[in-house]
Amino acid sequence: MTLWKLKISSLFNRLQSQADLLLISILRILATITGAIVLFIVFFLILEAIPVLQDEGIVPFFTDSSWNPAEGLYNLTPMLLGTLFVTLGSVLIATPLGILSAVFCQYYAPAKIAYFYRRLIELLAGIPSVVYGFWGLVVLVPLINSINPPGTSLLAGIIILTIMILPTIALIADASFAKIPEEYLIGAASLGLSQWGTIVGVVFPAAKSGLFTGVILETGRAIGETMAVLMVCGNVVQIPRSIFDPMRALTANIALEMAYALGNHRSALFVSGLGLMGMIIILVVASEIINEQ
Amino acid sequence: MHKKQSFAFSLVSLLCLGLLSCSQAGSNTELKKLTITGSTTVAPLANEIAKRFESENANVRVDVQTGGSSRGLYDAEQGLADIGMVSRALKQEEKPNVLTFVIAQDGIGIIVNKDNDIKALSDEQIVKIYTGEIENWKAVGGKAAPITVVNKAEGHSTLELFLKYFKLKNAQVKPDVVIKDNQQGIKTVAGNKDAIGYVSIGTAEYSIANGVAIKLLPVGGVEASTKTVGDGSFPLFRPLNLVTNTSPSPLTQQFIDFAQSKEVHDLVEAQNFVPIQ
Repeated sequence: MTLWKLKISSLFNRLQSQADLLLISILRILATITGAIVLFIVFFLILEAIPVLQDEGIVPFFTDSSWNPAEGLYNLTPMLLGTLFVTLGSVLIATPLGILSAVFCQYYAPAKIAYFYRRLIELLAGIPSVVYGFWGLVVLVPLINSINPPGTSLLAGIIILTIMILPTIALIADASFAKIPEEYLIGAASLGLSQWGTIVGVVFPAAKSGLFTGVILETGRAIGETMAVLMVCGNVVQIPRSIFDPMRALTANIALEMAYALGNHRSALFVSGLGLMGMIIILVVASEIINEQ
Repeated sequence: MHKKQSFAFSLVSLLCLGLLSCSQAGSNTELKKLTITGSTTVAPLANEIAKRFESENANVRVDVQTGGSSRGLYDAEQGLADIGMVSRALKQEEKPNVLTFVIAQDGIGIIVNKDNDIKALSDEQIVKIYTGEIENWKAVGGKAAPITVVNKAEGHSTLELFLKYFKLKNAQVKPDVVIKDNQQGIKTVAGNKDAIGYVSIGTAEYSIANGVAIKLLPVGGVEASTKTVGDGSFPLFRPLNLVTNTSPSPLTQQFIDFAQSKEVHDLVEAQNFVPIQ
C-alpha cells in the first residue's frame, strides 16, 4: 500500500517536473524574444546611422555651425540641450507636485474625496498626448504669446510635459505610500509625532525607493514625448536663451523630418534616435547605481 | 453544459460561413491591386480618386499610403509601389527614372493673422522678414509688434518651393516657429496676432471660409486665390504629380488617365486644389 502510494507520488512528481520543464522552456523562449527585440532595435538604429557616421564622423554632430541636413550640416547639440532643458524643467516641477498630491490623497483627504481625486488623476494619465498638444497649441501658446511672443517656447513645452508626467509620479507615489506598514504610522503616532512630522520623518524615507522609481519613469516619459512637444515648442533649432525662446527636442526632430528625409539626412535622424537611446541608457544605469546604494 | 454546446455550435457555423464567403470572393473575380505612396498633400485627393475608380472598376482595390514626396518618388522608382505621389516639380536629376503625370495644381500663399493691418508685402520685404533683417511690423507699415516668423520643417516641398521663389537658403531663414504641416501653420498664425507663415492656398481658403482668423496676402502684386493659381497668373505654385516607373502596367496607366480626366475635376476642387486645364 505504502509502496503503491509512493509510486503514484513519484509519477506525479515526474509529471510535474515535466510540466515545469515545459514551462521553463516556454519562458526562456519568451524572454529571449523580448531581449532580442530590444537588441534588434538598437542594432537597427546603429546600422541605419552608420552611413552618415562613416561620411562625417561623430564630431560634426557637435561642432557644425547648424542643423541643415540638406546642406550637409548636422549639429545636434541644440536639440540634445533642448530635450535636456524641457525634461529637467518638467521633472523639477512635476515631482514635488505629484508627491504632495499623493500625500494629500493618502493622509489628509477624506476617503470619498481621495477616491474621486485618484480617478481624476488616472483620467489625466489616460488622455492621449496629441490632445495635450492640441490644447497647448490653441490655449497655452496664445496665452504665453500675449506675455512674451512668439508663445511657442521652452516654457510651453515644460508646462505641457509637467501636466503629462504629473499623473505618473502622483499615482506611483500614492501606491508606494499605501504600501507602508501601518506599524510605522502607529509607532510614529505613539511617539507623539505630528502628522507632517510623520510624513517627512517616517513616510518619505520608507517610500524612498518607490518615489525614486516614479521619478525615473516620469523622466523617461518626458524624454520620449514627441507629439505634444512638437506642437508647442516651436521646433526652431537653437539653444534657448530664455524660457520664452522656441526650441526643438530630439524626438520632435525625428517626427518632423523622418517622412521626408533620404540618404544622409535620414541617417542623421537615426543618429538623433541613438542620442535618445543614449539618454535613456544613462537614466537606467543611474537608477541602478542609486538603487544599489 | 447545454450553453457550452450551443456556443461551440454557433462558433463552428460562423467559421463555416466565414470560409464560404472567403472562397466566394476569391472565385468570382480576380482582384487587382494598385499601391500608391508618397506626399501627404496629394494623398487625400488620391484617396478620393481611388474611391471613385474602385466604384467604377469593381475588381480593383487601390491602397493609398503616405510618407512624403521623396518616399513616393523612391518607391515608384524602385517598383515598391505602382504609383508615387509627388507634391512638387521634379528635379532635373530625378526626371529620367520616372514618368510624371500632373493631376492638379496648388498655390502657396503668404498668410498673416486677420487682425494684422498689413494689406500687402513686397517680395523684398518678405525676404527681409524671413532672414530676420526686419523684426518688427512697424518697419513694413504695421503697428509696433515683433514679427513671429513661421517656417516649415526641412524636407517639405512647400519649403523648397518657398525658398526657391524667394532665392533663399534654409540656413538663412531665422524662424520663430517651425511647423510640420499646413493645419499646424494655420492654427499657429490664427493663434498669434503677429505671426506670418506660408501654406497651401486651397487649404487657407477653406479655413478662411470656415471662419479661421487668418488672411492671405498677395505675392508679386497678384491676389492669392485658387482662381489666380488656375489661370497661371499667381507666381508661387506647384504641380501635384503622380509618378510611375518607366514601364507602367495597363492598370496603372488606366488609373493615371482617370486621375487626369475631367471626371475627377470636382474631386480636385473639393480638396481645394486647382484642376489642370
